[in-house]
Amino acid sequence: MTFEKTARRLVLTMENGFYDEELANTPGLLQQLDPRCKIVGFLGLTVAASWAHRAATLAALTVLAAVLIAGSRIPLRAIALRVWLPVLAVSGALVFPAIFLTPGDRLWTLPLLGWATTQQGVQAAVRLLWRVEAATTFSALLVLTTPWMHVLKGLRVLRIPIVAVVLLSMTYRYIFLLVRTAREMFEARESRRAGKFQRREARRIAAATAGVLLSKTMQLGEEVYFAMRSRGYQGEVYLLETFRMRSVDWAAAVVMLSAASAALWLG
Amino acid sequence: MHIPDGYLSPSTCVTLYAAAAPFWFAALKKVKRLLHTRLVPLISLFAAFSFVLMMFNIPLPGGTTGHAAGIGVATVILGPWASILAISVALTIQAIFFGDGGITAIGANCFNIAVVGSLVAYACYRLAAGRSPLESRRRVFAAGFAGYAAINAAALVTAIEFGIQPIFFQDASGAPLYAPYPLHIAVPAMMLGHLTIAGFAEMFVSAGIVAYLQRTDLALLKLTAPEVADPAEAISAIETRGAFESTRALWVTLALLMILTPLGIFAVGTAWGEWGPSDFADPEVREQIAASSLNQAPPAGVPAGMERFASIWTAPIPDYAPPFLKSERLGYALSALLGVGLVILTLQLAGWVATRAST
Repeated sequence: MTFEKTARRLVLTMENGFYDEELANTPGLLQQLDPRCKIVGFLGLTVAASWAHRAATLAALTVLAAVLIAGSRIPLRAIALRVWLPVLAVSGALVFPAIFLTPGDRLWTLPLLGWATTQQGVQAAVRLLWRVEAATTFSALLVLTTPWMHVLKGLRVLRIPIVAVVLLSMTYRYIFLLVRTAREMFEARESRRAGKFQRREARRIAAATAGVLLSKTMQLGEEVYFAMRSRGYQGEVYLLETFRMRSVDWAAAVVMLSAASAALWLG
Repeated sequence: MHIPDGYLSPSTCVTLYAAAAPFWFAALKKVKRLLHTRLVPLISLFAAFSFVLMMFNIPLPGGTTGHAAGIGVATVILGPWASILAISVALTIQAIFFGDGGITAIGANCFNIAVVGSLVAYACYRLAAGRSPLESRRRVFAAGFAGYAAINAAALVTAIEFGIQPIFFQDASGAPLYAPYPLHIAVPAMMLGHLTIAGFAEMFVSAGIVAYLQRTDLALLKLTAPEVADPAEAISAIETRGAFESTRALWVTLALLMILTPLGIFAVGTAWGEWGPSDFADPEVREQIAASSLNQAPPAGVPAGMERFASIWTAPIPDYAPPFLKSERLGYALSALLGVGLVILTLQLAGWVATRAST
């Protein structure tokens, strides 16, 4: 049923968020580092992995990712379920036809169907899939080893305007509230349902639920605004930055950026 | 439609960051001017709403389900600039924390979905909704159309970005370095899913939410319909500014139309069906009647019924030409003035009678 699927998806999002926070607070190699050095380092590594095209470069980046996962004691199951398998499923399905559709030197032909694979097609598909897996692993490592609010505050190191950081932080905070509200609305609807809805009716209810959520959002927006005003908010936003870079953080940033620079240089 | 890391070349990513940046900057300035201190809470909350909306499973005709991106709703309620900000924030959160879309592709995703999507949605909504009242069905269809067009425009731009990758970026052996499909595969493959499933999901959500708001919270639709006056506000404006000031444009148009009434003199032929008994005897007019009636010759004599009823009432100013005026043009203008005056007088009289009857 559509509503159950939506409710399940909403619950899963909340669970993943809570799990990430829990994981970020466990002891480990990356967890102990300053968020800013991880942001800069992983940004560099993600960019390097996204644009790498040599197998050797991608292999080196994969080894580095494996070392960081092991050092940070991140359960393989967690990263496989959250990153590797979804990427394999989505990007794999997307690039699979490329092995037949890309023109080039014929490798082998599928029996019965007679479709010919090409060397260039296989090369392009494997490279793209590997690259996406590596890049997504690096960006996931950042959020799995850093409390999300620290990630958002740390974005200031990239000279992102304060107002953008505050927008992202507030959005993040209220996503979970709205996810919970939406889940409760769907559960309330499901608990009162007898029989099956026609698709047309189900569509109308889904739109009405979204409309109610929108009204609640706007109302909440007003309440948040007045709460901010009562605390002296006049349109200017400030961030408390209590992070402190230690020598180990500097060293980690240098290592990660050096690895990223080398990968970019090698291509 | 969210482009992951690794699908676009460095130069494409940088170009699309650069393309999105001026829109972010302009949107931030415009929205800040409009919302002042409300900017942060409103945009944040709406971005969170868009994020959650993207998780809704929408049942579609044919047994499948789809997800909306919320572009149509955000644009109809917030306007294009605030929508650009809210959708961009939602996309950035998705990319950073949920792995939906790549970090290097945030610029591309924001440009395609937030910028192109919001601007297309706004243009389509304003065009389709016109000046229709806030509670009209037309606005529901306009919102659906806006959502459908926006998601498809965003998909088309995304497909073009994918499709140009193998043209420009290949290794020495000819293997594509990034997204592997050329334009003739990327565009149809991308559009097929969006013209059907994703487009309909966005359309149903946009139209459904606007229909819901029409019943529950009409004020939320006012921001993108500045030309539509609230009925209560219109009455109060007439009361405060005076009836003439409020309807000045209408009076000027009416005066212009009266001045232009002699234009009818220049028309050739005869007005079909407006014939008098004397016209049947005039050979020249008979020819005109035949020409305007698919060469069907009029009856030889005046129809008996017409002859009988034509004599019941004789107009004081026949053919808009007062007998005391030599100039035909002046006669038309004077007739228009007299006619309009009589209509206004009748309405004033009716209004006066109605007011007296109710008190």
